[in-house]
Amino acid sequence: MLVTQISVFLENKSGRLAEVTRTLREAGVDIRALVIADTTEYGILRMIVDQPVKAQEVLTNQGFTVSSTHVIAIAIPNLPGQLDVALEILSEGSISVDYLYAYIGRVTDDAVVIIRVQNPQLALEKLEKSAIRVLSTQEVYGI
Amino acid sequence: MIWNPAETMNRSEMAALQLTRLQETVSRVYERVAFYRDRMDAIGLKPSDIKSLKDIEKIPFTVKNDLRDHYPTGMFAEDTRAIVRYHASSGTTGKPIIVGYTRNDMAVWTDCCARLAAAAGVTADDVCQVAFGYGMFTGGFGLHYGLEHLGAAVIPHSSGNSERQLMFMQDLGTTVLIATPSYALHLSEIMAEQGIAPEDLKLRVGLFGGEGHTPEMRRLIEMRLGITDTQNYGLTEITGPGVSYECLAFEGMHINEDHFYPEIIDPVTGETLPEGEEGELVLTTLTKEGIPMLRYRTKDITRLNYEPCSCGRTLVRMDLVRGRSDDMMVIRGVNVFPSQIEAVLMTIHGIGPHYQIIVTTEHFMDQIEVQVELVDASRLESYRELEDLTHEIRHKIRTVLQIDVRVKLLSPQTLERTAGKAKRVIDLRTKAF
Repeated sequence: MLVTQISVFLENKSGRLAEVTRTLREAGVDIRALVIADTTEYGILRMIVDQPVKAQEVLTNQGFTVSSTHVIAIAIPNLPGQLDVALEILSEGSISVDYLYAYIGRVTDDAVVIIRVQNPQLALEKLEKSAIRVLSTQEVYGI
Repeated sequence: MIWNPAETMNRSEMAALQLTRLQETVSRVYERVAFYRDRMDAIGLKPSDIKSLKDIEKIPFTVKNDLRDHYPTGMFAEDTRAIVRYHASSGTTGKPIIVGYTRNDMAVWTDCCARLAAAAGVTADDVCQVAFGYGMFTGGFGLHYGLEHLGAAVIPHSSGNSERQLMFMQDLGTTVLIATPSYALHLSEIMAEQGIAPEDLKLRVGLFGGEGHTPEMRRLIEMRLGITDTQNYGLTEITGPGVSYECLAFEGMHINEDHFYPEIIDPVTGETLPEGEEGELVLTTLTKEGIPMLRYRTKDITRLNYEPCSCGRTLVRMDLVRGRSDDMMVIRGVNVFPSQIEAVLMTIHGIGPHYQIIVTTEHFMDQIEVQVELVDASRLESYRELEDLTHEIRHKIRTVLQIDVRVKLLSPQTLERTAGKAKRVIDLRTKAF
């Protein structure tokens, strides 16, 4: 199952990130996972939230440039070499990874990895056929 | 169609006519306008010193502030009895500028506006809707008189009220729209909102003036309104619309030089530039009675081309105005106009129409930063796409202007919006004196 991720364009200016979090707080949207990378000029904030449609709407209304995209969430045992197993599967299928981020879930001991790939449907098929546990939207939002 | 034989006069006849008229004008203002007499006396210049057209260079320039300083009618060469009409410039800063027309000035102005319309292909069969403001602004009345003189039907709608504007266009079968280019674009947006397609209207020609527009904007107007976009140029101080206009060859605007004598000068040194070079347009009225102007600095940057045109006119042509000398930037010795940067930005997808240019000094070098708003959210998928966008902007600006700029992407709605003229350039350079 593909999971919706929200991307927000952020200028490198103090207070911009706080504006995003304030907007989401006021809308009652819960952030499940978040990663931000920056350059000298700007950054892109990527988030998994419990209500992606609402999040995109309230942020757009606030004047942010927002997009949503599909990513894959997998759960892997928190042991050495486990991420490699997942990435090998994608590599064998010639599916290139744009970016990924990982965090430790609070329910299980598994690590959750969010992966953005060039061909999400194909990647999903390959991963679902393997021993890798692909998380559903509900599971991700319940993290 | 060519309206007046003066438009096809050969160069030597034109020059002879211009010299006679220039000599008459200089003598007349020397006798009647204290401002000109004092300035000529101050440098020991007599009307009889004007023996050739080249001698015009001896006459001091007139600038907008001179008109303000002599508000309201201090620079008039006729008294109220001879004046039949007043107009005024929009006076965005300080007092407006008042101009007056005698009966003959009105006839000349009307004829010049008829030439303008005829050059754009307007005939007595056309229905012309004037969406320029009437009132003190010269645009509305100038075109109105010219079009009526030509025999066309005129709808004196004036500016604003777009819904009613469109109603008359549909009900009276308007074929020619007279407006500023930005109002034309605005009308096209209202049309889209109301579900009116270009085919639902009979519009075929636009006579646009009052402000310049880039070729990109012209293409947009032509596409959205389904018309031929023609531009014309004029200024209140000289007469209003009718100073110059495009013909259907679209290779510059013909100046009615039997009435308005053009020169190009270096805006910094004031020196007259050789034929074909770009600089500030200076105009001298050759027949104006009410308020003659000697060497009026327009601040508009253009170039003159004396080659006869394929349309048959021999009148000198000026390029579409490239910018104004008062917003020209000199970046590392290169003249740059915000309009040039704007033209580049208009061709780029994914950014909004607003922009700002910040000029700074870094390591004793001029630096330009162009700030634009990112509107295309699909580019958020990867940094590479955002970087491709900034590279595209930088590359296009470098190609067109030969300067390197820094591009900064901003969130939408970050740049300041103003109802009037936007402040496009912020110059933070440390001036070295």
